[in-house]
Amino acid sequence: MAIKIENMSHVYMEGSPFEYKALDGINVEINDGEFVGLIGHTGSGKSTLVQHLNGLLKPTSGTIEVNGIKIEQKSRELKKLRQKVGLVFQYPEHQLFEDTVYLDIAFGPKNLGCTESEIEQRVKEAMVLVGLDYEGIKDRSPFELSGGQRRRVAIAGVLAMKPEILVLDEPTAGLDPRGRDEILGKIAELHKKHNLTIILVSHSMEDIAKLVDRIIVMNKGRIALDGTPEEVFRHAQELTEMGLAVPNITHLIKRLREAGLDIPEDIFTVERAKEEILRALRGGFNA
Amino acid sequence: MLKDITIGQYFPGRSFIHLLDPRIKIVISFIFIILIFFVKSFLGYAFVFLFLATVVAVSGIPPKYVIKGLKPLIFIIVLTFFLNIFFTSGETVLWKAGFLVLTKEGIIQGIFMALRLMFLVSGTSLLTLTTSPISLTDGIESLLRPLSVVKFPAHELAMMMTIALRFIPTLLEETDKIMKAQMARGADFESGNILERAKALVPLLVPLFISAFRRADELAMAMEARCYRGGRNRTRMKVLKVEKRDYIAMLATLVFILIIMWDSYLR
Repeated sequence: MAIKIENMSHVYMEGSPFEYKALDGINVEINDGEFVGLIGHTGSGKSTLVQHLNGLLKPTSGTIEVNGIKIEQKSRELKKLRQKVGLVFQYPEHQLFEDTVYLDIAFGPKNLGCTESEIEQRVKEAMVLVGLDYEGIKDRSPFELSGGQRRRVAIAGVLAMKPEILVLDEPTAGLDPRGRDEILGKIAELHKKHNLTIILVSHSMEDIAKLVDRIIVMNKGRIALDGTPEEVFRHAQELTEMGLAVPNITHLIKRLREAGLDIPEDIFTVERAKEEILRALRGGFNA
Repeated sequence: MLKDITIGQYFPGRSFIHLLDPRIKIVISFIFIILIFFVKSFLGYAFVFLFLATVVAVSGIPPKYVIKGLKPLIFIIVLTFFLNIFFTSGETVLWKAGFLVLTKEGIIQGIFMALRLMFLVSGTSLLTLTTSPISLTDGIESLLRPLSVVKFPAHELAMMMTIALRFIPTLLEETDKIMKAQMARGADFESGNILERAKALVPLLVPLFISAFRRADELAMAMEARCYRGGRNRTRMKVLKVEKRDYIAMLATLVFILIIMWDSYLR
């Protein structure tokens, strides 16, 4: 069991007039090697939740255990934990600070106390993982790269810590469609080839539907839905009420079904929709 | 951790004190500061306390909150207290050890100074607690306007203050976020000696400066796009107006002034 959260709550600025309960009785278990999508409207508590996963925030009440390490108010093993759980924040390129791409990616391993040769090895690997040309850009300043490249440098900076669990908070925000597909492609590859446990935070159903095995939907600090994409998207009505949209293609399928086309309800990728529609149409011609 | 700072924080509300004209509040705060230095007896401080307690009660701010604002200054208050205790010359020697001499006058002076500091800080923090940053700068601008006769840039100064105040929470949030991002990469801001800690701040400060400059640039662009060109001929949506409650506050302050003056000079 990679992550086990029991009845966890988090209150910001407790005891002041700005007190705000961001998480309210969260119960969830995430297994090793799972690829989980975490969806929720702005302010639903998803960012707060992921910051608990490596102990940046500590629960106000309840318990959280990550890879056997309990996160409590006075935990001492946080550094070990932060190596195991790589957290990529929103707009991670804003955290870059070094003169060269190499030094920036090396920041994490250096903090872990790796040797020079090990650092070089890790930087190289991390850059390959995110699809950056090591020789080509390692000595360039991160600030002269394009937005998509900078983001990949930042993600490589987290991957160089060799985490077992990778958490990405809106990794595609503000990227153009091509940059978005590249990043998502690399993330899917990390999951498949390196068997990382991945938690992908997003409010875009479209992005998530294609990739993950399991979707957790958050609403107002609670977990509203939890299941496979098929199961979750079946609750189109509730999702809309929470301010979330099901993928466009699912809408189309619903309309086609209403119009009398004989296709299954739980379709949320364009590829599958194409097959099913063709099958239904051919079937129709044969009959 | 950064969110615990309360100095200069606004405590939202709609009490009598909150609704006072900011100009009146600023002037009263100044009078209060000056007046504290006139107080010469414990009875006088009792009146100061009464005045402050009344303001706190009317404003609806939990007294705990005002006291919390004193916390960061505890060191200075205690230091002042002890300095005054031991370095005030006096007649009635109570205790003596080497160069340290404890006199009755010293103790009284020490208590006086500590009280003075506490009242100064809590009194002025009440101004920021009950006045939103925007109306505070509005008040300052309006109070400084007469100086524009001598080419004093009152509006520009107020605008600069508004912008600075506006970006404090944004920058704090940003600092918090970058700090967390670097901590997630194993950065350690909390241990080590001073030199190591200063070095550990580089990964925090560089991104922070970059984003501050980026924000400044974007803001300048947005202001220009909306044709901002300084204070000339600018009108405002909410014009400050002195109302009945402001006269009541002025009257209360006048009574307070008279009481303190009576206590210090006539009694």
